[in-house]
Amino acid sequence: MKQIVIISGKGGTGKTVIAASFAALAEKKVMADCDVDAADLHLLLHPDVKETHQFMGSKKAIINQEKCTQCGKCINVCRFDAISEVRGRKREMLKQVQHDIVEIDTISCEGCGVCKYICPENAITMRENISGEWYISDTKYGALVHAKLGIAEENSGRLVTLVRQNAISVTESASSGMDYIIIDGPPGIGCPVIASLSGADLALIVTEPSLSGIHDMERIIKVTNHFGVKTVVCINKYDLNLKNTKFIEEYCQKSNINLIGKIPFDKIVIEALVNGVPVVEYSENAASKIIKIMWNNIKALCNHR
Amino acid sequence: MIISVASGKGGTGKTTIATNLALSIAPINKKRTLKGSATNSNILFLDCDVEEPNAHIFLKPKFKKTYQVTIPVPEVDKRKCTYCGKCVEVCQYNAIAVVKNNVLIFPELCNGCGGCSLLCPEDAISEIKREIGIIEEGRADAINFIHGKLNIGEVRATPVIRSVKLKVKSENGITIIDVPPGTSCPVIEAVKGSDFCLLVTEPTPFGLNDLILAVEVLRKLGIPFGVIINRSDIGDKKVTEYCKQERIPILMHIPFDREIAVTYSNGIPFVLYKKDWGLKFKNLWLQIEKLIRN
Repeated sequence: MKQIVIISGKGGTGKTVIAASFAALAEKKVMADCDVDAADLHLLLHPDVKETHQFMGSKKAIINQEKCTQCGKCINVCRFDAISEVRGRKREMLKQVQHDIVEIDTISCEGCGVCKYICPENAITMRENISGEWYISDTKYGALVHAKLGIAEENSGRLVTLVRQNAISVTESASSGMDYIIIDGPPGIGCPVIASLSGADLALIVTEPSLSGIHDMERIIKVTNHFGVKTVVCINKYDLNLKNTKFIEEYCQKSNINLIGKIPFDKIVIEALVNGVPVVEYSENAASKIIKIMWNNIKALCNHR
Repeated sequence: MIISVASGKGGTGKTTIATNLALSIAPINKKRTLKGSATNSNILFLDCDVEEPNAHIFLKPKFKKTYQVTIPVPEVDKRKCTYCGKCVEVCQYNAIAVVKNNVLIFPELCNGCGGCSLLCPEDAISEIKREIGIIEEGRADAINFIHGKLNIGEVRATPVIRSVKLKVKSENGITIIDVPPGTSCPVIEAVKGSDFCLLVTEPTPFGLNDLILAVEVLRKLGIPFGVIINRSDIGDKKVTEYCKQERIPILMHIPFDREIAVTYSNGIPFVLYKKDWGLKFKNLWLQIEKLIRN
C-alpha cells in the first residue's frame, strides 16, 4: 500500500481538483482530505458520512471566580497573553459584578496548564475541549476519511495525523487489499503539511508558472527533501506563462525531480468544479487527458520501488 | 488603522489585493519632508504568510535588517536533576521524557510555555533560544515592508507571525497585513487586532465553502469585514447570493483577465499596468474607511 500526498506550498494551485481526479482514476484506494482547516474534497466526492468522531484538541484553562483572589500570578506566567484582568469599571457599565476579575481568552489559550500549576488558590482547572470532528464516509469512488476543524481552533496537525491514521486503518480492514491512499494536503510548509507528508511514499507537488508558484515550490521541495519523501512535480495552467514553465522544467531537471505532467489552462476545469464533478469524469478535455497520464506515471513510479 | 487581507481558501488573490491596495494608497500618504529628501511614509506592509511569503516578489523591497525568531526551549542541568518527572507531568506537548536516569528533550514539540523550568523543584531547567524563523525588514519606495519566514522543517508558524505583528504601529498610519490561508491558529494570530478584514474569494464551490469558514472566524473574533470577488465572471453566482443573504458588503469584483494573470505570474502588481485599477483601489480604500467609521 502506497501513500501519495498532493501538496503545493502555495494555495489554490489545483491540489483538490487533481486529488478528486485521482480518486476517480485509481482502483483499490482510500482518500484522505488532510486540509482540515478548509476542506474541499467533499465538494467533489459527495460523501455519505458513516461515522462521526469528536476531535479533542488541547485543553483550555477556566477560572473558578469564587476561588480567585486576583493575585495576578497566572497573568505573569502565561506566555500567550491569554489571561488578563478585567477592570471593575468596565463590568459596571455592563451592570455586572463590580469588582475586578481575571479572565481567560479561550482563543489565545494554548492549553499548557502552567496557570493551573501556579495558582495558589487552586482556582484554575483545565477543561477538555472539542476542537473539531472527523468522519469516515462512503463515496462513489470508495472510502473517504475527512475532518472539520472547529472555527478558530488549533492543533490542526494532530487532526491531520488522526485522519491519516484512520485512512490507514480503513485500508487495513478492507476485505480486498488496498493499493493506495490518496492524500489531499493543505497549503503551506508548517505543522499540518508536515503531518500530511511525513512517512508518505510519494509527494506530488502541484505548482503554477508564476513567480509565487515557483518560490513556494522551491520551499516545499526543501521540506519534502528534509523529510526524505520522494517528490514529483506537475505544472498546472502551464500555458499561462511559458517562460516560467521553462524555468520550472529546468529546475526539475537540475534537481533530478520527475516532472510528471503539464496541465493546460482550461475553463472546463472550473465548469466541472461548479458542477461538483472530478474533471476527468466531466468530459473529454485537454486537462483530463494530462491528469490521466499523470496518474499512470504515478502508478508506474509506485510499482517501481 | 490595521487592515488585514485573508481568504480561507488559498490562491484566491490575497497577495494580489494586499500589494495592489498598498501601492494604490501609498502616494496619498507620501509626505515629502523637504524637496528631494527621502520620503516619509506611514504605510506599513506586513506579510504574515510566513510559511509561503510572496508579497516581496511584488513589492520588491530592499531588505535592510534581519532578525532571528526564537522560541525558548528547556535545557536540563544534569547535575541538579533528580529525575523526579515533574517536568514530564507538566508538559502538555510530550516534549520531555525521563527514561531511567536520563532526560530527553524534543525541541520541535516544545511550545515554549516555560512550565517545566518554572515548576522544576530542583531548579534544574533553564531555557535556551532555538531559531524557528527569521524576520526581514526593508523598504519599497513609500512602503515600509516586513515579512517573516518560517525555517524549513519547522512546524510552528504562530510565533513567527507574532514576531512580525510586534512591528504594528497602531497609533497612526496604515498597516496592511497579508494573512496566510486557512482558518486555524496562524490565521487567528495574523488577523487578531485588525480594524477591518478584506476576504478575497472566487465564485466557485471551493471559494464559497472556505469563505463561509473565514466569515465564521471573523465573526467569532468580532472583526468587521467585506468581500472581494476575484475572477468574478467564472464559476457561479452562489458567493454573491450568500453575501446578500448574510448582508456582507461586496467591495470589489475583479473579472478574469488573462493579462492580469500574466502580470501576476511575472511578479508585477497589475495597478502598475492598468491605471484605471489604481482608482478602483483608492475607492476601495475610501469604502473601507467609511465602513470602519460606521
